[in-house]
Amino acid sequence: MTVLRALCAVVVLGLVGFLAYAWQSEIAPQPPASRPALDPALVEKGARLAAVGNCIACHTVPGKAAFAGGLALPTPFGTIYSTNITPDPETGLGLWSEAAFQRAMRKGVDREGRHLYPAFPYDHYTRVSAEDNRALYAFIMSRDPVKATPPANELPFPLNVRMILAGWKLLFLREGELPRDASKSDAWNRGAYLTEGLGHCGGCHTPRNALGAMDSKRHFAGGEAEGWQAYAINGQSPAPVPWDQDAMAHYLRHGWHQYHGVSRGPMAEVTGNLALLPDADVAAIATYVVDVMGTPSPQQIEDGKKRIDAVSRHHSVVATAAAQAPTGDGGGRSGAAIYAAACGTCHDSGRPQPFGGLSFTLSTAVNAPSPQNIVNVTLFGLPPADGEASAVMPGYASVLNDRDMIALLNHLRAQFTDRPAWTGLEEMVRKTRSGEHKVAVRPADGIERAPANVGAEEKP
Amino acid sequence: MTIALTINGARREVAADAATPLLYVLRNDLALNGAKFGCGLGQCGACTVMIDGEAALSCITPVALAEGRQVTTVEGLGTAEAPGAVQAAFIELQAAQCGYCIPGMMMSAQALLQANPAPTDAEIRNALQTNLCRCGTHMRILAAVRRASELMQASLGPAANRKAG
Repeated sequence: MTVLRALCAVVVLGLVGFLAYAWQSEIAPQPPASRPALDPALVEKGARLAAVGNCIACHTVPGKAAFAGGLALPTPFGTIYSTNITPDPETGLGLWSEAAFQRAMRKGVDREGRHLYPAFPYDHYTRVSAEDNRALYAFIMSRDPVKATPPANELPFPLNVRMILAGWKLLFLREGELPRDASKSDAWNRGAYLTEGLGHCGGCHTPRNALGAMDSKRHFAGGEAEGWQAYAINGQSPAPVPWDQDAMAHYLRHGWHQYHGVSRGPMAEVTGNLALLPDADVAAIATYVVDVMGTPSPQQIEDGKKRIDAVSRHHSVVATAAAQAPTGDGGGRSGAAIYAAACGTCHDSGRPQPFGGLSFTLSTAVNAPSPQNIVNVTLFGLPPADGEASAVMPGYASVLNDRDMIALLNHLRAQFTDRPAWTGLEEMVRKTRSGEHKVAVRPADGIERAPANVGAEEKP
Repeated sequence: MTIALTINGARREVAADAATPLLYVLRNDLALNGAKFGCGLGQCGACTVMIDGEAALSCITPVALAEGRQVTTVEGLGTAEAPGAVQAAFIELQAAQCGYCIPGMMMSAQALLQANPAPTDAEIRNALQTNLCRCGTHMRILAAVRRASELMQASLGPAANRKAG
């Protein structure tokens, strides 16, 4: 009896302790009229920081008002809808003081004291300095208020009880800025700050554990985003030509590189946004990321050189004997025949990036462990950007049936890489085509620079 | 090799290499000159036809992939005497200037309207985004697609609203 009583006492005490830990107080509302005037220089700085954070991508439904929220974010646990972060007092952040904004970024708690789901990447944003948060707050508060309430989250019990997020934070949230690494350069430290903080690159490029937190032991080892593979950007990068700092900075700045091709899917939004940054910041991110990738082996460097040389002479690298074996039904529907007529005219043309097709000799997609990205881009193509020149590719969903797709993809893998054949292609192609596997298709330069289909340009 | 095709409902046999672009077979072997060669890279839309009811770029479609499927070209939408709804609308709205892009525009429009009989302006723009026009008659083309939608919906006759391909 005494044991049971003691046990009860421990459980109750534990529960009380957890509630005390989980409890976050409301921060008093600050009516818009009482807000101090915004400093234009701070707003401008905040705009650049918001671009690093790619805030607009999740907080905007393409074609609707910027930052007004409502975008469905599918997660393994259920669907979460992004919130309205325009300064509308009723449905947005209009009543938030700067202290409330600072707390949300640092601790993942809203003004009323409710825990936020980590779909809002506060596990990264907690690294952002108070000074930068001040600028972000000024930028957000300078936007036009939009009255818009997102749909309710679709999460099963008990995940819909926000209090349990305190437990998640106890396990996975390490608050505060990262210490400076004095052994590294200023550029490296600046890059680490932007990459691990606002840039939240690991949100997509680091795999997640069963509880949806980043697997810190596999930093940048590759993950998923909106139906696309976010490639490994550590030592396991599948790029056939190893990245260097210059190539990475060029790619992040322009959204393409001659040896790596164009960004697409959710990464197109990222590179579109980074165009707003000063060159020094983009170069700093590249410095840090390429350092995480590490020094490529002499063999990798040699192979990369061979590929660049072959492409410059308009030759493709035939990597394996398997390439000689027919794929698909053989004859007219073989992967090689489909490639020659459907792909080769652009991809073997030798015309420069970003408007020419990238030679598959240089393609990360066909070298990647998962064929998901090459399946996506073959079926759905790259849609043109709205109102400006951009790389385009037609989608082949109407032309290639599942067997043709598999024949073509097996041909690409065998012809242009020395990696083992992909498995599970059939199921992947079927699910991607049917929409069972959802894929966000974006123009090559991202959504927010396209005036008509986004709402980045706020119109009345 | 001999490849059997179904073009505008009729069975045709052609002797061609499997990797020959469908466009070349249509124009050179079958004298169906509606679909046009524009860029040859699938970027301008002048060569658009329908395969099993979906818009497809015939310049980058190997002919072997069309075997056993329904191919529809602009000739299959109607005749000069009895134009289909899309053709009638493009004539009524005088949507063509030089006309080179128009067969492709009409095929993209036909595929759209078969799948979505009453599209919004945004949906029309989206469906035609890969069809380029150098003359700049886009506004008339958009108006013609809206008109074609009305004609298809209003018409009770089988000629105007029949499903092609």
